[in-house]
Amino acid sequence: MLRLEGAQIVQGNFAMTADMALEQGQKYAVIGPSGAGKSTLLAALCGFIPLAQGRLRWHDADLTDAVPGARPMTMLFQDNNLFPHLTVAQNVGLGIRPDLRLSGQDKAKVEDALGRVGLQDHADKKPGALSGGQQSRAALARVLVQARPWLLLDEPFAALGPALRNEMLDLVQDLVGQTGAGLIMVTHAPEDVRRIADQVIFVAGGVAEAPQPAQALMDNPPPELRAYLG
Amino acid sequence: MKALTLAATSLLAATAAAAQTELTVYTYDSFVSDWGPGPKIEAAFEAVCDCDLKFVGNGDGAALIARLKLEGARTDADVVLGLDTNLIAAAKETGLFAETPVTADYALPMPWTDTTFAPYDWGYFAFVHNTDLTPPTNFKALGESDLKIVIQDPRTSTPGLGLLMWVKDAYGDEAPAIWEGLADNVVTVTKGWSEAYGLFLEGEADMVLSYTTSPAYHIIAEEDETKAAAVFDEGHYMQIEVVGRLAGSDAPELAAEFMQFMVSDAAQSILPTTNWMYPAVMPSGGLPQGFEELVKPENARLIDADKVPAIRDEALAEWLTALSQ
Amino acid sequence: MADRTLAISTKSGISAATLVVVLILGALLAVISRAEVGAGFVPADWAAVRFTVWQAFLSSMISVVLAVPVARALARRRFVGRSVLVTLLGAPFILPVIVAVLGLLTVFGRNGWLNITLEGMGLPTVSIYGLHGVVLAHVFFNLPLATRLLLQGWQGIPAERFRLAAQLRLTPWAVFRALEWPVLKQIVPGAAALIFVICLTSFAVALTLGGGPRATTIELAIYQAYRFDFDLGRAALLSVTQLVLAGVAAVFALWIIPVMSMGGGQDRPLLRWDARGGMQRCGDGLVIVLAAAFLLVPLAAVVLRGIAGLGQVPVTVWQAAGQSLFVAVISVMVLAVLALPMAGWIAARRSGGVEAIGLLGLSASPLMIGTGWFILINPVLDPSSVALPVTALVNALMALPFALRIIVPRLRDTIQDYGRLSETLGLHGWPLWRWVILPRIRPQLGFAAGLTGALSVGDLGVITLFADQERATLPLQMYHLMGAYRMEAAAGAALILLALALGIFWGCDRGGRIHAEA
Repeated sequence: MLRLEGAQIVQGNFAMTADMALEQGQKYAVIGPSGAGKSTLLAALCGFIPLAQGRLRWHDADLTDAVPGARPMTMLFQDNNLFPHLTVAQNVGLGIRPDLRLSGQDKAKVEDALGRVGLQDHADKKPGALSGGQQSRAALARVLVQARPWLLLDEPFAALGPALRNEMLDLVQDLVGQTGAGLIMVTHAPEDVRRIADQVIFVAGGVAEAPQPAQALMDNPPPELRAYLG
Repeated sequence: MKALTLAATSLLAATAAAAQTELTVYTYDSFVSDWGPGPKIEAAFEAVCDCDLKFVGNGDGAALIARLKLEGARTDADVVLGLDTNLIAAAKETGLFAETPVTADYALPMPWTDTTFAPYDWGYFAFVHNTDLTPPTNFKALGESDLKIVIQDPRTSTPGLGLLMWVKDAYGDEAPAIWEGLADNVVTVTKGWSEAYGLFLEGEADMVLSYTTSPAYHIIAEEDETKAAAVFDEGHYMQIEVVGRLAGSDAPELAAEFMQFMVSDAAQSILPTTNWMYPAVMPSGGLPQGFEELVKPENARLIDADKVPAIRDEALAEWLTALSQ
Repeated sequence: MADRTLAISTKSGISAATLVVVLILGALLAVISRAEVGAGFVPADWAAVRFTVWQAFLSSMISVVLAVPVARALARRRFVGRSVLVTLLGAPFILPVIVAVLGLLTVFGRNGWLNITLEGMGLPTVSIYGLHGVVLAHVFFNLPLATRLLLQGWQGIPAERFRLAAQLRLTPWAVFRALEWPVLKQIVPGAAALIFVICLTSFAVALTLGGGPRATTIELAIYQAYRFDFDLGRAALLSVTQLVLAGVAAVFALWIIPVMSMGGGQDRPLLRWDARGGMQRCGDGLVIVLAAAFLLVPLAAVVLRGIAGLGQVPVTVWQAAGQSLFVAVISVMVLAVLALPMAGWIAARRSGGVEAIGLLGLSASPLMIGTGWFILINPVLDPSSVALPVTALVNALMALPFALRIIVPRLRDTIQDYGRLSETLGLHGWPLWRWVILPRIRPQLGFAAGLTGALSVGDLGVITLFADQERATLPLQMYHLMGAYRMEAAAGAALILLALALGIFWGCDRGGRIHAEA
């Protein structure tokens, strides 16, 4: 269980509260109006924004003050998920060892991960030479080798076309299915929620509400959510 | 085999050097440069002294005093070579120098009485020009002419200071008026001699403050007869370069020996064509060919070393005022 | 935006900055410790302060203002020989002062090409001596630096932005407002401050071209206090004045610059769609030709004189060239050790204020640093035995502000763009530098290293206080040649010096840029 206990997140004039327990293996969609704090919530989970109040716990461990790299989670951002000066294989390899001193076994792992996202022939290319979809796949290959219990997505596929985005979401679903990781993803699209999410965290009015089952919520949204969904 | 011999020889040489007394001589940069007297003087002295002579180059004469003041009594120097008469008072004030009577039959325009320092070469300050120019014959005429001159800043260069003393010695209280007359002739003022002489050779000025002996370089080394020094009827201020020994030296006899060597025939015959100055003692072979072509001022000027500091400050203030307008 | 973006250790950055401060203040305190009660500030010193500030202000403003069109033209034009031209345009900045002055005089001097031409046309001749001469020379030295700093900023604008501009059919003015002005705002104040500080410590140029003691700068007054009066108290006082002036300039320029990022692009080569009109082409072409003429003609004069004198260059000059090369290599290494952690520290902060520490090294009088450390070292060691390390260290100190100005903006962008990613991957310490920062800043690092190497090859500052004959560097040998009347051989040595400095600069700069594209 990943718990936010009485958390308050403050950034400049913006403040939000969150109190929730998230279960590994579940897929959570974070939805809400623009500027409501969806990305901020993820940044706080990941350790980029310190909690002004409250605790973040993972099982018995207190993660509140842990640095991002030491948390049991990995995150894909809206952009800059790959280092443009490193090859695809190096980018993936960083997920195994930050110093890139890869053993033969590590290299096999990288190769395997690239195979699973369909990039086995692009290992030595730089990201600039890849298409948008391929770049996303490369980032996902790294997520795969990192094998953290949680994967956080801050709309990394927003720039992709609908077909490609769905393809990526399916790939993500596969990956978390294989690794048993929990997924927390920010999204704007109700169809994404239906496609992938088990639970929904609705963020609005300075509050990140506790997760509710996706199906029920989307079928019968409360007034604020209805206003957002339009 | 050859390599082995070579190694053995250099080993022997190294041991021999270690056993020898080392004599450290502080001097100005251009003295020790490959084209100055340093290398030849070093070879000649080491041939007779059974010692290791080590020159340490340091800016110019003023920089030598600054370094001595910084180092104080801890200095490694045994001998300081390259101060001029304008700096003697400041050097003595440090209290670091020892008396060393050097005996020589000096060929200076005036008798030498100082017993701390020994002169080793000398020259007259003069404006050097191209021979296609008819030079003025005194500072007043220069001031009235349209000729352009380059001089050195007295605050940063010993020739610059020499010029300051020259005008002051010749004109006393009239010196400010002379400088006002010269102000529109001065193209620019440089940090040191090299820059000024370089500008002159570039054609930036008609005349440059240098020495009467400067044309000797062009005549002897370049066979170029187009440079000459202007004779001024006020007389010419002298630069006498001196060598002195430090009281704290750990090789006082050797230091005295070196000072005496500097006025010996061996050293004196090296200086004219390396330092481009007159020898303090006439070498047995006389002056090198080419020196006879140089102009000889009739009237030599020099301010007593102990009077220099007070006059210097006054003259500098006058110079700054006249040229800053 | 984010409170936590990158775990660059600030400890090493703070240590490096502390070392810089200690080196300079240590020297200052050492000088003060030996000071006796001296003359204090005299009226002439105030005149020197006024002249120094005024000429430095004019020089920096004119350099930066002229650099804008030059950098803009170079940024938007592609032509054969462009990279060679960009490298050559950097040359005046790394020339030893006396070489550059003689080159300038060949063109602008009393007997120079310009005046000969004017005379031939029956026009009145111009004199280079005076405040305008000082400013002319300082612009000659610093226009290349300003141009390069601006050019770097311009090329840092992601290609995507220009595509957007092309898409929107923005007018040149609109492109300027939307894309270029923000870059200028970020780079111009720092560049101007840097050039101001460089000109603040000028002294031989100011004196020679200023035409006399009217053009007395603070640095000359410091020199006078050391050499002429041996008044260490006054020397220290003047040094502090110089440091304070530089500090004020730095604070003005650096504290007020907002931190901003141009956003990450995909490192695509820069293609531009704007400014394709004939007028603009002609305008850019004219600007490039004028700048090239102003900077390269005096350089050509140096080369021509040098070729004539090359045959007379004695073999010791070549040995000295080797010595200088060695000093340059060490200086670059010392610079890397100082500049990288400091840049990391500065880039991770919100305000650029601490970059001012870097300017300390440049604004401190070399004579003061040299004398101070001479006082400190002398009781313990023979100063000449540490001549090379001290020279390398001081050279690195002098180059530090350039290096920071060049590296920090790029490092800041790198942190903005890839900080979070690095954090989630747990990249810290050496791997972070090895795999993220160094590859990202390689072009900037190469440029900075080239500048440092070239500057230290031409440096004549501190080595003269410490060096003995066996360790004479190339500029020192060149001065020796001049001091021994051998002006032609000195011109030959100057050409070697120019070639060496340019070679080092080109090598490092090229090494940084080659394969640096994604």
